[in-house]
Amino acid sequence: MASVTYEHVTKRFGDVIAVNDLNIEIADKEFLVFVGPSGCGKSTSLRMLAGLEEISEGNIYIGDRLVNDVPPKDRDIAMVFQSYALYPHMTVYDNMAFGLKLRKTPKAEIDRRVKEAAQILGIEHLLDRKPKQLSGGQRQRVAVGRAIVREPNVFLMDEPLSNLDAKLRVQARAEISKLHQRLGTTFIYVTHDQVEAMTMGTRIAVLKDGLLHQIDSPQNLYDLPNNVFVAGFIGSPAMNFFDATLIMEDGKMYADCRDFRVMVPEERYGVFKPYLGKELVMGVRPEHVHDPQYAPPGIKPALVEANIEVTELMGNEVVAYFATDHATFLGRLDPRTDARVGMIKAAAFDMSRMHIFDKETEKAIR
Amino acid sequence: MRRVRFLPWLYAGPTLLLLAFFLVYPSLDTFRLSLYGPDSEQFVGLQNYVYAFTTGEMWIAFRNNAIWLVLFTFFTVAGGLVIAVLADRVKYEPAAKALIFLPQAISFVGAGVIWKFVYDFDPDIGLLNAILTGLFPNAEPVGWLVNSDVATFALVGTGIWMWTGFAMTILSAAVKDVPEEISEAARIDGANEWQLFWRITVPYIASTIAVVTTTMIINVLKVFDLVYVMTAGRYETNVIANQMYKELYINRQNGRASAIAVILLLAIVPVMLFNIRRFQEQEAMR
Repeated sequence: MASVTYEHVTKRFGDVIAVNDLNIEIADKEFLVFVGPSGCGKSTSLRMLAGLEEISEGNIYIGDRLVNDVPPKDRDIAMVFQSYALYPHMTVYDNMAFGLKLRKTPKAEIDRRVKEAAQILGIEHLLDRKPKQLSGGQRQRVAVGRAIVREPNVFLMDEPLSNLDAKLRVQARAEISKLHQRLGTTFIYVTHDQVEAMTMGTRIAVLKDGLLHQIDSPQNLYDLPNNVFVAGFIGSPAMNFFDATLIMEDGKMYADCRDFRVMVPEERYGVFKPYLGKELVMGVRPEHVHDPQYAPPGIKPALVEANIEVTELMGNEVVAYFATDHATFLGRLDPRTDARVGMIKAAAFDMSRMHIFDKETEKAIR
Repeated sequence: MRRVRFLPWLYAGPTLLLLAFFLVYPSLDTFRLSLYGPDSEQFVGLQNYVYAFTTGEMWIAFRNNAIWLVLFTFFTVAGGLVIAVLADRVKYEPAAKALIFLPQAISFVGAGVIWKFVYDFDPDIGLLNAILTGLFPNAEPVGWLVNSDVATFALVGTGIWMWTGFAMTILSAAVKDVPEEISEAARIDGANEWQLFWRITVPYIASTIAVVTTTMIINVLKVFDLVYVMTAGRYETNVIANQMYKELYINRQNGRASAIAVILLLAIVPVMLFNIRRFQEQEAMR
C-alpha cells in the first residue's frame, strides 16, 4: 500500500503536450479516477505512473520513492488494460500465476493466491481454460485476477470496463468498488465515462487537453464545478448553458437570458454584484428543471416558457427538450407531467442550484 | 440443387486438371521410370533404390543434406527471428531489414559467384582469407571451397546469407502482430526483455515459426543451385538433388535419377503434411 505523487509532471510527444504540469497527491488507499474526453492525457498520466511512458519533466513518487527511472517490473504495481491483454497461449491459471512465477514465488504460495483470487472473482471453474474460450466479462475478471494475485502497492486500471456491454459494466463497476474496499489498496482508474468516475471514485481528476481542470470528490465536482468544461462534463444529461447578463431592477437581481429572465436568489447577490452587466454563462442542470405542477418543495422556482420539441419517456422520468428563440435546454420532469411535443409550457428552474460562469475565462463565479 | 453441386467442380476443375497433368502424372511416371534401367526400357525392380541407398556418393549426399537441414534451418529461422525482434526496436528498421533482405533479390547463381570470390583461396581475391591473413599474419589461407572439411559448411553459410532475410520478413510481420498491451502487461508482471521474448513473443508467434521452419526444410531438401555453381558437388559437398542431376544428365541413368527424385519427394511429404495440417488449424481458429 502506498501513496502516489505527481509533481509538475509533463509529457511531450514531439510538439504535442499530452500532459501539462500535472500535480496530484493521491493518498494511500484512495480510489482516484482520471476522467476526460479522449486525448485529454488521462491514459498517458497512468502509463507514466506504470513506467510504460517516459516522463518529459517532473517527478512521480510511489510512496516516498522516486520512480522516474524505475522499470515497470520494479514499481510494485499491477495494471488492468482495456483489451485485458491476457496471454493467449496460457491458461487462466497461468495467466494469473505468470507474474508470481517470474518473481520466483514458491509454488504453494502461487497456488494459494491464484485460487483465492479466483474465488473472490468467481472464476474458479475457468482456471484450466484459455482466454479464447472465455466471454468478455470472464476475460475482464481474469485480467483483474492477474492484478490481484500480485498484491501490488497500487492498482492501475485503464478503461477496464469499456469493452463490456452496458449491463455487465454496471455489475463490474460495483464489483471493482467492492474489491477496493476489500483490498484496501490504492486504486488509480482511467475512464472517459463520467458515470464510472462518479460511482467509483473517492476523488476524481478531470483532465482536458493535458490540463488538470479540477480534482475533488464526486459530490463536490457535481455541486461546485470550477469551470464550464467540468460543469458540462460531469452529469448526464449534461448541464444546460445560457448566455446571460446579470441586472438589478427594483432592488432585485435577475439573470437576463434574452428570451427570458430569472430571479437570482438573494444570498448570491454579494458574490455576483461585481459582475453586473458583464457577459456571463448561466448553468442549470436538467434535474433542476421541473414541471411547475410537480416541483419538489423547498426549491426557488423561476418559470421559463418554452416550446417542447422532443420528449423521452423513461418511466421514472420524462426528459423534455425545450426551445426558446435563442436557447435550448433539457429538463428531467416528473413522469406525471402533461408535457407533450409541440406544446408551449412553463418550466421551473430551481435557482438555488444555478451556476454562473465568466464567459471569457469560463471560470465559475461563486 | 444440382447446380450447387456442379458449381464447385466447375471452379476447381481447371486447376485440378492442370495439377493432374503437370504434377500427379509426372510424379507417377517418375516412380514408374525409377523401376526401369538407364534407358527406361528394361524393368529392374528396386535395383535403382538399392543403388541409391548403398553408393558412397549418395551417402555423402545424404549426410550433407542432413547438415544443410540442421544448420541452414536453424540459422535462418533463429537469425531471422533475432533480427526481426531487434529491428522492431530501432528507428532505422526499414533500412536494416532491406539490407538483410537484399540477398533474396539475387539469383542462386549470382550469389554462388559472389561467394566463390569471397571464399577464394588467394587472399588478394578472397575476402575471407584476406581478413584471416590480415588479422593473423602467420595464418595460412583456408581453401574454403576445396577443403572437404569445411566446404559444405561454406556452402551452407552462403545459403543462410541468402535466406535469413526471407525468414526475417515473415517473422517480423508476426512479431509486430503481438499486441503492444500484452508486452506491456508482461513487463508490468515482472518480465525482463529476455523473459518477454521467450515466454510471450515466441509462444505467441509459434505457428508462424513452424511455418517458416517447414518452408526452410522444404527449401533445403531441394538445395541444388548453390552447390552446382560453387563446387558442382566436388570436395564432398554433394547433395541429393545434385546427384540426381548428375545421374540424369551426365551419367545418363534415367532410372537412378528417377529413384533419387522419388526419395527426395518422399522426404518432403511429411513436412508438407505437417504444413498443411498447421495451416488448417490456423484457418479453423479464425
